Amino acid sequence: MEITAAQALVKCLEKEQVEVIFGYPGGAILDVYDALYHSPIRHVLVRHEQGAVHAADGYARATGKVGVCMATSGPGATNLVTGIANAYMDSIPLVVFTGQVPTSQVGTDAFQEVDITGITIPVTKHNYLVKDAVQLPRIIKNAFHIAATGRPGPVLIDLPRDVAQTRIKFDYPDSVNLRGYKPTYRGHPNKIAEAARLIGSAARPVIYAGGGILNSKASRELLTLAETINAPVTNTFMGLSSFPGDHPLFLGMLGLHGTRAANLAVTNCDLLIALGARFDDRVTGKLAEFAPNATVVHVDIDPAEIGKNVQVHVPIVGDVKQVLRELLSRLEKKQDTSWLEQIEAWKKQYPLVYRRGEGELKPQYVIEKLNEINGGNAVVVTDVGQHQMWVAQYYRFKRPGSLISSGGLGTMGFGLPAAVGAQIGLPGELVILVTGDGSIQMTMQELGTAMEQELPLKIIILNNHVLGMVRQLQQVYCDSRYMAVEFKFHPDFETLARAYGIKSYTLRTEKEVDQLLPEALGSPGPVLVNCLVCAAENVNPIVIAGKAISEAVDC
Amino acid sequence: MKKTGAQILVESLLAEGVDTIFGYPGGQALPIYDALYDADIRHILTRHEQGAAHAADGYARASGKPGVCLATSGPGATNLVTGIANAYMDSIPLVAITGQVPTSMLGRDSFQEADITGITLPITKHNYLVKDVNDLAKIVREAFYIATTGRPGPVLIDMPRDVSAGETDYTDPGPVHLPGYDIKKDPDPEQVARAVRAIEEAERPVIYAGGGVINANAHVELLKFAEMLLAPVATTLMGLGGFPGNHPLSVGMLGMHGSKYANYAVSECDLLIGVGVRFDDRVTSKLEAFAPNATVVHIDIDPAEIGKNVGVDIPVVGDVRATLRELAGRLQPRLASRWRDKIQTWKKEYPIEFEENGRIKPQEVIREIYNATGGNARITTEVGQHQMWAAHYYTYTRPRTFISSGGLGTMGFGFPAAIGVQLACPGETVIDIAGDGSIQMNIQELATAVSHKLPVKIAILNNGFLGMVRQWQELFYNRRYSYTELDNPDFVKIAEAYGAVGIRVDKKSEVRPALDEALRVDKPVVLDFQIEREENVLPMVPPGEAINNMLG
Amino acid sequence: MRHTLAVLVENNPGVLARVAGLFSRRGFNIDSLAVGRTESPDVSRMTIVVEGDERVLEQVNKQLHKLVDVIKINDITADEYVDRELVLIKVNADPAQRGEVMQIADVFRARIVDLGRKTVTLECTGNDGKINAFEESLRPYGIKELVRTGKIAMLRGTKYTGLQENGD
Ligand SMILES: Cc1cc2nc3c(=O)[nH]c(=O)nc-3n(C[C@H](O)[C@H](O)[C@H](O)COP(=O)(O)OP(=O)(O)OC[C@H]3O[C@@H](n4cnc5c(N)ncnc54)[C@H](O)[C@@H]3O)c2cc1C
Ligand SMILES: Cc1ncc(C[n+]2csc(CCOP(=O)(O)OP(=O)(O)O)c2C)c(N)n1
Ligand SMILES: Cc1ncc(C[n+]2csc(CCOP(=O)(O)OP(=O)(O)O)c2C)c(N)n1
Ligand SMILES: [Mg+2]
Ligand SMILES: [Mg+2]
Repeated sequence: MEITAAQALVKCLEKEQVEVIFGYPGGAILDVYDALYHSPIRHVLVRHEQGAVHAADGYARATGKVGVCMATSGPGATNLVTGIANAYMDSIPLVVFTGQVPTSQVGTDAFQEVDITGITIPVTKHNYLVKDAVQLPRIIKNAFHIAATGRPGPVLIDLPRDVAQTRIKFDYPDSVNLRGYKPTYRGHPNKIAEAARLIGSAARPVIYAGGGILNSKASRELLTLAETINAPVTNTFMGLSSFPGDHPLFLGMLGLHGTRAANLAVTNCDLLIALGARFDDRVTGKLAEFAPNATVVHVDIDPAEIGKNVQVHVPIVGDVKQVLRELLSRLEKKQDTSWLEQIEAWKKQYPLVYRRGEGELKPQYVIEKLNEINGGNAVVVTDVGQHQMWVAQYYRFKRPGSLISSGGLGTMGFGLPAAVGAQIGLPGELVILVTGDGSIQMTMQELGTAMEQELPLKIIILNNHVLGMVRQLQQVYCDSRYMAVEFKFHPDFETLARAYGIKSYTLRTEKEVDQLLPEALGSPGPVLVNCLVCAAENVNPIVIAGKAISEAVDC
Repeated sequence: MKKTGAQILVESLLAEGVDTIFGYPGGQALPIYDALYDADIRHILTRHEQGAAHAADGYARASGKPGVCLATSGPGATNLVTGIANAYMDSIPLVAITGQVPTSMLGRDSFQEADITGITLPITKHNYLVKDVNDLAKIVREAFYIATTGRPGPVLIDMPRDVSAGETDYTDPGPVHLPGYDIKKDPDPEQVARAVRAIEEAERPVIYAGGGVINANAHVELLKFAEMLLAPVATTLMGLGGFPGNHPLSVGMLGMHGSKYANYAVSECDLLIGVGVRFDDRVTSKLEAFAPNATVVHIDIDPAEIGKNVGVDIPVVGDVRATLRELAGRLQPRLASRWRDKIQTWKKEYPIEFEENGRIKPQEVIREIYNATGGNARITTEVGQHQMWAAHYYTYTRPRTFISSGGLGTMGFGFPAAIGVQLACPGETVIDIAGDGSIQMNIQELATAVSHKLPVKIAILNNGFLGMVRQWQELFYNRRYSYTELDNPDFVKIAEAYGAVGIRVDKKSEVRPALDEALRVDKPVVLDFQIEREENVLPMVPPGEAINNMLG
Repeated sequence: MRHTLAVLVENNPGVLARVAGLFSRRGFNIDSLAVGRTESPDVSRMTIVVEGDERVLEQVNKQLHKLVDVIKINDITADEYVDRELVLIKVNADPAQRGEVMQIADVFRARIVDLGRKTVTLECTGNDGKINAFEESLRPYGIKELVRTGKIAMLRGTKYTGLQENGD
C-alpha cells in the first residue's frame, strides 16, 4: 500500500521507537502533523520553537535517547537555530525536522522560505534537504544513526511540502551504509598498552574527565580506573555527575571557575589522563601553562579533538567506555600516598568558601540546601550565569547524567525548556531547574508547556536582579562600569507563576529557605521558588583571562 | 589619538546618525558595552536577543532609518537569526553587530563561538567578520551604506573581542567605494518609454504596489500616478499604507487573502503595473492564471526580482520614486474610465464583510480599534488570522503605519516591533494586534516596555487556537485539529505581573469601552479579547487555485 | 608549507558549500580548489591545495573527515604524482610583438586559442611551476586578463587515490 511521505515519516519514527516529539505546527509541516494525529507518539506543543529544540535536547540528555523536534519552515526553522547550535556544541543527539516550501518554490524567496540547510551547515553534524520522497525512510534511518553514534550531534531533515505529500511504498531499511561515516570505537591496542605503561610509572597522575564519559555511559569504568590507580579525578563542567561528588578522590571542577585543588593538581601532575574532554578554553586558561610538566594521554571518539588545542603524547581514538575496559585489563592496583597526601592538603587549604550571614541570602547557601534536602539525588537543570557555576561548585552530584546544562554555547534560556524535556523523559523523578532572573525570562513562555503537560518541575530562581555573570566580568575587566546589566524593572515572578497556574514562593532569608524549601520541593505539582539573593556576590575563584589556571584569584 | 575598536565602532555609529540601539550584553561584547557606557546613544536592553532584532526592525520600518541591534557571540548571535531573516525577507535596513571570540580562538569550537557569518550568509544582504581593527571604520561605513541603499536589507558585523579591544588611530574612512555593488536609481529612458506606450494603450490598467513604495518613500508619487491613470491600486500586505486605503481608487489587498475586487481587477486587467513588488506566491497563487491577459510592467530596484516568478513584458529597473516621477512627467491624465466604474461596482457587489452574532467577532474588534484611534495609530501585527483581519478591517492611509512580518511571517514579531515603533514615534499610539499563540513567543518583552515606559497596547484576539493553522486543518484536512488548540495562561495576570494593565473582554458591549480605557492610560496595556473561536479568514484562495477563484 | 589533498566526496548538491564553509569557518587557507566528476558518477573529486603547518594540516584532515559526505582524503604531497593546471592568458600583442609572444608560447607548448587585433589569448597546461613561469614571461607584454583553473592531480604508477584498493 502506498502512503504519503509525511505518513512514512511518522512510521519511521515509530520504528525508531521515538516516544515523544516536541514541536510547533505551521503551514509547511501540516501534512506531518496530520499524520501525527493518529500516531501513538506523544507530541508536546511548546510555545516557541526554541522551546521545542531545547526540550528535545533536555530529553536526550536525561534519557540517553535521541531527542526529536519539529517545526514549520521559515521562522519556525530559524527559531530552532540556537537550540541546534547548543546541542552541537555539547554533542547531544537530536533529529530535527523542518517543513519547507514546495520544491518548485525552493530558491525563489517564497513565503516562509529560508535556506535552513545552508544556515545550519556550521551547527549540525549533518543535514538533508529531501528532494525525493522515496529517499525519506533511508534519510531518516541515516539521520538517527549519525545523530546517535560516534560523537553524537544534531542532524536536521528539511522536508518540502510537496515531497511530504508524495505517495511512496513504505519500506524502512534495517541497516545503514554510509561510506563517508565510520566512527572508530575500539582504541588502538598499542596505544592503550602505552597508556597503561605510562600510568604504571607515573608518580602524579590526574584524571581529567569530560562530557564524553556521560555520552558513552562510562561512569562505572571511570570509578574503577580512579580507584585502581588511586588517581584524583577532576571533571569538566560537562563531565560533572560522571564521578561521585562526595568521593575522596574527587577534586571538583577544574578551569575558569574550578577549585584551586583541581587546578593545582593539573598544573603539577606528571600524567594527565584526559577522557572524553576537549581541552576547552574555559578549562585550559593560558595554554602554555596548562599541565606543563605532564605527559598527556587523550581518549576521544572524535579524532579532530585530539591535538586541537594542546599537544597530546598518547592519542587514543575510540569510545571511552571500551577503551577504559581494555585499559583496565592491563592495569594493576596502584597506591602512591605522597601525591594523594599533597592533593588532600590542597583540598584542605583551599576549600570552596563564601561568606554567610551578612544579612542577605547567599545564592551558594540555596544550592547547598538543595543538595542537602535530596542528598544529591535530583536531576538538576541549570540556565547560564553565576547560578550555573554555583550549582557546579556546590551541588554534589551522585548519579551520572544528573546535571543538565548548556556548556559549550552557554545559552541563556536553555534551562526551562530543557527541564520540561528532562521531566517528560523521567516522569517519576525530582527535576529541579536552577535558573537566574535574566535567563528565565528568555524562554519563560514554556511555563505554559509545563502547566499543560502537568509536569511537577521545581523551578528555583536565584534572583539577584542583575545579569550577574556579566556584571562580575564588568567588575573585573571594566572597572565596575556597569552597563546594561542591571534590570531597572523586574516582573513579579509570583504573579507570573500564578498566571500559569503554578504555585510559588518567595524566599528572602536563610531561615525562610530552611523552612520552606523542603516544602516546596516536596509539593506534588510544579512550583516556582523566587529566591531573592545578594546582588553583589561573585563566583570565586576565577582565572583572569590570559592567566594560568594555577593563578586563580577571588574577586 | 589611539582608540579601541569598540570606541571606533561607537564613533562610527554616531557618524551614521544612530541614536538608539537594541541589545543584550555578554562576555565577548563587553568592550563594546564598555564603550557605550560613555556614548550618547540610547541602549534598550531587551529580554531576549530576538526581541532586540525585531525591535530594531520595527524602529527601522517606522522611522525609515536603519535599525541597529547588538548581541554577544554564540547564543546571543544565533538568537538574532530569526530577526535577521525576517528583515531580509521584507527588505528592511538593519545593522546587526555581534561579539565574537578573539581571532586567535576562531575555528576551534571555543566557548560561545558560533560561525555567525557562515550561518547568516543566506539571510543577510552582506556580512563582515572584522579581523583587523584598522578596517573597522570602513566596514561600518560600508555596512550602513549597503543596508540602506538599493534594495535595503540586513548587514551583520561580527567583532572578535580582540578587535574591539585592540587600538588604532581613528580616521574617517571617507566615501564608500564598492566595485561589486552598484545601484541604478534612475530608470533606463528606453524602458520608461516602452512603459509609457503600454500605459497609453491600456484600457484596464491595474497598479499592484508593494513594500518598495514604502522603502522608496514614494507614496506621494504613487497617488499622483494612480490618479493620472485612474487605475485601481491593489497593494500587497507589505504595501498597505503606501496608498491611502480610503481613496476611491484603492482596492485594498490582493492575493490569497485579498479582497475579491482586488483579485478580480488583477484577473481582468490588460495592463499590470508592478511597483516595488516581488510577485510572491502568496499574491500570485497559481502562476499561469495570474493576470492572464495582461501586459506586465515591473518597476523594481532589484534586477534579480524581475522575471523571477512571472514573465515580465516591460522591465523597468530603478528606484520606484524616481521612476514614477519620470513616468508621470510623460503621461497625460485620463479624464474618464469605464474600467474604474466597473471596479466600483465590484466593490459594492463583493464587499469585505462578516456576519455578526452575539459573540465578539475579531473583525469587529479591529474595526473598533480603527474607530477608537480615528485611524491614526501605528499598527503592528503578529502572524496569523488576526494579521489578515488587521489588514482588512483597519484602513491605512499613511505609509509606515502598518508594520507586519510579510515574507517570513514570524510569529512573535509584532510586540517587540511595536516597542521599536514606539521609540521611533514617541507620543503616537502604537498597537500590536496579536494572536494568543503569537504573543506568547516574545511576551518577555513586556519588561522592556514597562521599564522604558513605552505605552504600547497589545490587543490579543484570543481564539484559543493557532487559528490560521486550524483554519487550514478545517478546510483541507477534514477538521482534524492536530495540536493547534491552545491551553493559555491568564494574560491579565501576566500583564499585572509586569506592572502593566490587563483587561479581559468577554462581551461585545465591552469592546469599545475597553479600548477607550486602554488608550487613556499611559502605560502598556494587554487587552484579552475573547473572540469567536472558529472564525475563518475570508475570502481565501485555496492553495494552487487562480486568485479569482475564492472561497467565502 | 603547501599540501595537495585529493578528496573524494559524494556527488551531492551542497557538498561544495559544506567544504568551502568548513575552510572559512575554521580559518584554513585554500590556495586553490578544483572539483569535478570521477570514474564513478556518484563520486566527485576535489583537489585542494592548502597552506599550513603540520598541525593545521592535521586539523584540515580530521575536520574534513567529519563531513559525512567526504569519503576519502589523500594527502599526496609527499607522493609521486602528476599535477596539471590550465591557464588562459590574454596579452597585449600588436603585430610587432606578436612574434615574440608566439615564441614564448612555443617554448611552453602553449596554444593560441584566440587572436584579436591587439591581443592574443593563449592556453597552457602544466604543473604549478610551469604555469608560474609562463605567466612571468608574458608579464612584460602586459597581461590584460588571466584565469587559472586550480590544480588537479593524480598519483603516478599503480597507486590510486580513488575508491579501489591500491595495487601495490
Ligand atoms: C558561564 C560558564 C562558565 C564555564 N566555566 C567552566 C569552568 O570553569 N570549567 C569547565 O570545565 N567548564 C566551564 N564551562 C563549560 C565549558 O565552556 C565547556 O562546555 C566544557 O569545559 C567542555 O567540557 P568537555 O571538555 O567535557 O567537553 P564536552 O563538550 O562534553 O565534549 C565531549 C568530548 O568527549 C568526546 N566524546 C563523546 N562521546 C565519546 C565517547 N563515547 N567516547 C569517547 N569520547 C567521547 C567528544 O568527542 C568531545 O571531545 C563554563 C560554561 C559556562 C556557560
Ligand atoms: C542568549 C544569551 N545571551 C547572552 C549571554 C551572555 N551572558 C552570559 S551569563 C549572563 C547573565 C545571566 O544572568 P542571570 O540569568 O540573571 O544569571 P546570574 O548570572 O545573575 O546568576 C549573560 C547575559 C548568554 N550566555 N546567552
Ligand atoms: C515562529 C512561527 N512559528 C510557526 C508559524 C506558523 N503559523 C502561522 S500562523 C500560526 C497560528 C498563529 O496563531 P495565533 O497567534 O493565535 O493567531 P490566530 O491565527 O489564531 O489569529 C502559526 C502556528 C509561524 N508563522 N511563525
Ligand atoms: Mg541574575
Ligand atoms: Mg489564536
